[in-house]
Amino acid sequence: MKKSKLAILTNGIIKENPILVLILGTCPFLAVTTQASNAIGMGAAVTFVLLCSNVIISLLRNVISDKVRIPCYIVVIASFVTLVQMIVKAYFSALDTALGLYLPLIVVNCIILGRAEMFANKNGIVDSALDAIGMGVGYMLAMLVMASIREIFGAGTWFGIKIPVLADNNISIMTMAPGGFAVFGLLIAIINKASHGKAIKKKEFGCEGCPSAGACGQKGCDRKEEAA
Amino acid sequence: MDIKALIAIVMAAVLVNNYVLQQFLGICPFLGVSKKLDQAAGMSVAVIFVMVLATAVTYPIQFFLLNPNDMGYLQTIVFILVIAALVQLVEIILKKYIPALHASLGVYLPLITTNCAVLGVCISNVDSYMLEKAAFGPSFVQALFNAAGSGLGFLLAMVLFAGVRSRVDKCDCPESFKGMPITLISAAILSVSFMGFAGLVENLLG
Repeated sequence: MKKSKLAILTNGIIKENPILVLILGTCPFLAVTTQASNAIGMGAAVTFVLLCSNVIISLLRNVISDKVRIPCYIVVIASFVTLVQMIVKAYFSALDTALGLYLPLIVVNCIILGRAEMFANKNGIVDSALDAIGMGVGYMLAMLVMASIREIFGAGTWFGIKIPVLADNNISIMTMAPGGFAVFGLLIAIINKASHGKAIKKKEFGCEGCPSAGACGQKGCDRKEEAA
Repeated sequence: MDIKALIAIVMAAVLVNNYVLQQFLGICPFLGVSKKLDQAAGMSVAVIFVMVLATAVTYPIQFFLLNPNDMGYLQTIVFILVIAALVQLVEIILKKYIPALHASLGVYLPLITTNCAVLGVCISNVDSYMLEKAAFGPSFVQALFNAAGSGLGFLLAMVLFAGVRSRVDKCDCPESFKGMPITLISAAILSVSFMGFAGLVENLLG
């Protein structure tokens, strides 16, 4: 199953887009996409953490024993998240206030642990880095699309620039919590329509989307129960 | 200790700032485990339990260990490790001493380690109640009540949504909307109904 480097890179952007197809990392995706600039900041932070942790975990994949791998991954990821927190606090204080709680919560972002578990611990360093970049960029683009829709219709601005007619007729519920759920649902529906239903059939959300699936091996998830 | 203030904290956490429907924390289990009512309830009870326990452990760690030694920046690493270890420990203890409880809650415990609502409640408790020179006792009680309230809010959202979903899954909706999209749209409608609680605490208890 040797894939070309380009295929690995583009995999995360289109075919297995982490948020729109795999449905991972939904919490920050819904929460910070009220402004396009937040989406870029969050996407960049996630990409950075993903790249660093994928590279390190790929380097250490023969050293870490299988039984303690999840705690090890968490330590590696948490270290890089702390690094990002420090950088953002020091140089981008506006972004720090906007992202708030969701910045430290990158630690428990399913995408990062999920890629460590699904890709980095089985592949070499170059492939893992490419996978991380692809996934990160895919996540950032998806966030940008979602944030643009919500900001343009909800606040009548885009990256803070006023849009003539919409600024006076904004639908403010789009930037509130319900708008997040609804726009996300519509986006996935559009993708299902465009891909003729292939996206839903391949990955219905459930156990395999959950990063603890590999670690848990429990009957708690309904998918495994149904299989058994 | 002001009882009214504690009631206000719990009500705000359950209804006004509902973790799932207003703050988007714990969305993964909300969408993943809400297919059946009994699973949704089991998962939520486990979440309440872990939230209160995690706050009870991480809050003193931050107050007595990290803050006096100027190590606040280690918060993220320390909290996630403490929560992960705590969940493992709870599972082992339950398995050994209270097998009945383990049978009903145990299966959900490993899933909770990476639940962002648990880490979220620990960090937001530290952010909102641990102010400059505040005494440990009262702020700790407030944090515990906030954790319990947030967990109850999670339970409420999960149970309500499990009921909604059992109908939505059988509905005759357009092919592209089947599965995830229609689930999210119904979550949006549930979220709208929770927006009606805005201002409730100020008007009732303010």
